[in-house]
Amino acid sequence: MSAEQPNAGRGTGRRSRPYRPGQLRPAARIATYTALVTFALIYIFPFVIELGSSFKTNADATAHPLNPIPQQWTLAAFHELAQQDFPLWLFNSVFVSVSVTLGRIVFDSLAGYALARLRYRGRGAVFGAIIAVMAVPGVVLMIPKFLVLNELGIYNTYGGMIMPLLADAAGVFIMKQFFESIPPSVEEAARIDGAGVLRIFWSVVLPMARPALITLTVLSFQGSWNELSNFIVSRQSPSLNTLTSGVASLVSGQLGQGNQYPLKLAAALLMTIPVAVIFFVFQRYIVRGTEGAVKE
Amino acid sequence: MAVRLPAALAASGERPAGLGTGRRRPGAGGMRGREAAAGWLFTAPALVVIIVFLVVPILMAAWVSVSDWSGIGNPFSGGAHYVGTQNYSALLTQAGLPRQQFVQSLTNNFYYVLMVVPLQTILALFLAVVLNRRLLAGRGLFRTAYYFPSVTSSVAISIVFLFMFSGSGVINTLLGEIGVNGPTWFADPNGLIHLLLGAFGVHNPPAALAGHGLLGQSWWDWLSGPSIAMTVIIILAVWTTSGTFMLIFLAALQNIPAEIEEAAIMDGASGWQRLRKVTLPMLRPALFLVLTLGLIGTWQVFDQVYIMSQGNPAGTTLTPAYLSYVTSFGNQQWGQGAAISFLLFAIIVALTLLQRLALRDRDKAPSARRLRLAAQKGRQ
Repeated sequence: MSAEQPNAGRGTGRRSRPYRPGQLRPAARIATYTALVTFALIYIFPFVIELGSSFKTNADATAHPLNPIPQQWTLAAFHELAQQDFPLWLFNSVFVSVSVTLGRIVFDSLAGYALARLRYRGRGAVFGAIIAVMAVPGVVLMIPKFLVLNELGIYNTYGGMIMPLLADAAGVFIMKQFFESIPPSVEEAARIDGAGVLRIFWSVVLPMARPALITLTVLSFQGSWNELSNFIVSRQSPSLNTLTSGVASLVSGQLGQGNQYPLKLAAALLMTIPVAVIFFVFQRYIVRGTEGAVKE
Repeated sequence: MAVRLPAALAASGERPAGLGTGRRRPGAGGMRGREAAAGWLFTAPALVVIIVFLVVPILMAAWVSVSDWSGIGNPFSGGAHYVGTQNYSALLTQAGLPRQQFVQSLTNNFYYVLMVVPLQTILALFLAVVLNRRLLAGRGLFRTAYYFPSVTSSVAISIVFLFMFSGSGVINTLLGEIGVNGPTWFADPNGLIHLLLGAFGVHNPPAALAGHGLLGQSWWDWLSGPSIAMTVIIILAVWTTSGTFMLIFLAALQNIPAEIEEAAIMDGASGWQRLRKVTLPMLRPALFLVLTLGLIGTWQVFDQVYIMSQGNPAGTTLTPAYLSYVTSFGNQQWGQGAAISFLLFAIIVALTLLQRLALRDRDKAPSARRLRLAAQKGRQ
């Protein structure tokens, strides 16, 4: 038995109390949890308001904005959305996001593998070009994007909305870094067995990259689902509205600045659901994508 | 503000060890050739997309920014004429509406950056440090709550904020409960600094400030501070992005070896001393990353302005990104719109370089020796 133990047990005053890892004094513990809960309320309360108010009547939402529980529950906002273009916007969003995600999975993993493993002249230059591209801020590209889509004759088409989003340097990096972490011996063995580059990539390397592919899929889908500026500059026709550009037009456009908050909030709620579901299911993959930042 | 996180993250996490795995069997020339072909084949799709939708468009916009294209005809075959630097000088040196709006948008965005970057960084750091406490119940739950706003769409969040900050909305009802008469947020163009001065009885600008100025804008207007309407967008930005940056800090905190903290504890450092002298210095790379991402992101604010305010009231939520959009797509002044884009690009690049330069030697984690010195200082 060591000499300190009885001393620790006695607990004489705060100053002399030895440190016990992870334990906080009661006052500090209360302060910690109070801060955590307060901030959690601040971060979550707007979503509670969004959820509750979308089941309200217009009058109720205006009269009792602070109370998230409707006085009288109604699905009027959702009915009205269903009668408007909302289903079309939903279809467009799903179509565009799924296309972008599939395209990025293929392009990013191919390029990531080549940059990680295949030796060829010009690899350094390609790599440098991708780094440079990542440095260009997105909003600066709005006008340039329109110019090229117009010139190629694909402005105001699904193709024009999807293709610019396939230029995804970040995804190439996620895949490249993952492929670099796989031991080369695996491919070596396949090569000795006579497998070609494409074969090795497709049936040996890619199946091992499942975690990175999930991260890429989740980030791509979330990114394209939430994208707004690209769909402002790549299309004009209302029938090509995605959820983001369509709901944005609900706010500033056809319905004007009038109230109708339940309608707008219902639209906001519905467009949040898919991303929320993906977030809760794949949270650790999103978190890992973010944390990759610091793990140099 | 949708922080384009992954792009910058990947860049910072990248090591320049491009050729790290290049030691495979020598010889086998046919294999080499096939590998080279495969290399180009594999990178080609991504490369084509990047060239066609990024490199070429930038060159096209560079031409448009020195042309008089008005949206009619093809700007690359006779629809536009070369006008030299006219579009740029209209924004910078010639008095008139374009310059007035551009300078106002710069002022607005400057105050936006000035408020958002420190606030989101401090909030994110605070949340991460609190969440990093050991033996914390419900850590995952709290982390999810703070991070959730970051993954949702800017459109949805903007609508919720429009509702909350409307004249008789959630926030004003809340303020009313404590006896405060809230402002009509989105209709109030008054600047915070002007309001503060007004509270001290300064309602009319001193002649020295009103009569002189820079780039055609009086010093009084430069010193307005963000408008009440802009303040809502600032709150929204801090609320949505702090979760992302919290994750970055949290990951960095978890990378700090437990022994370092234990050593500080053995030396008798208090919790506050440990935070200031040990934890914060170790977080310097993460802090640098967060500040850089914040600085780049905040100069790009577009979505929220497009949805919530369209630059109103009185142009106090105009930002360069939104102004370039309206100038081109709204007023069909494509040359000027493209010029604004390039000026914004230049600002972002310059600020990033400046920050990199300022923190060049300090973005490394401190050495063990410096830590020991710090611990010694802390003991005194």
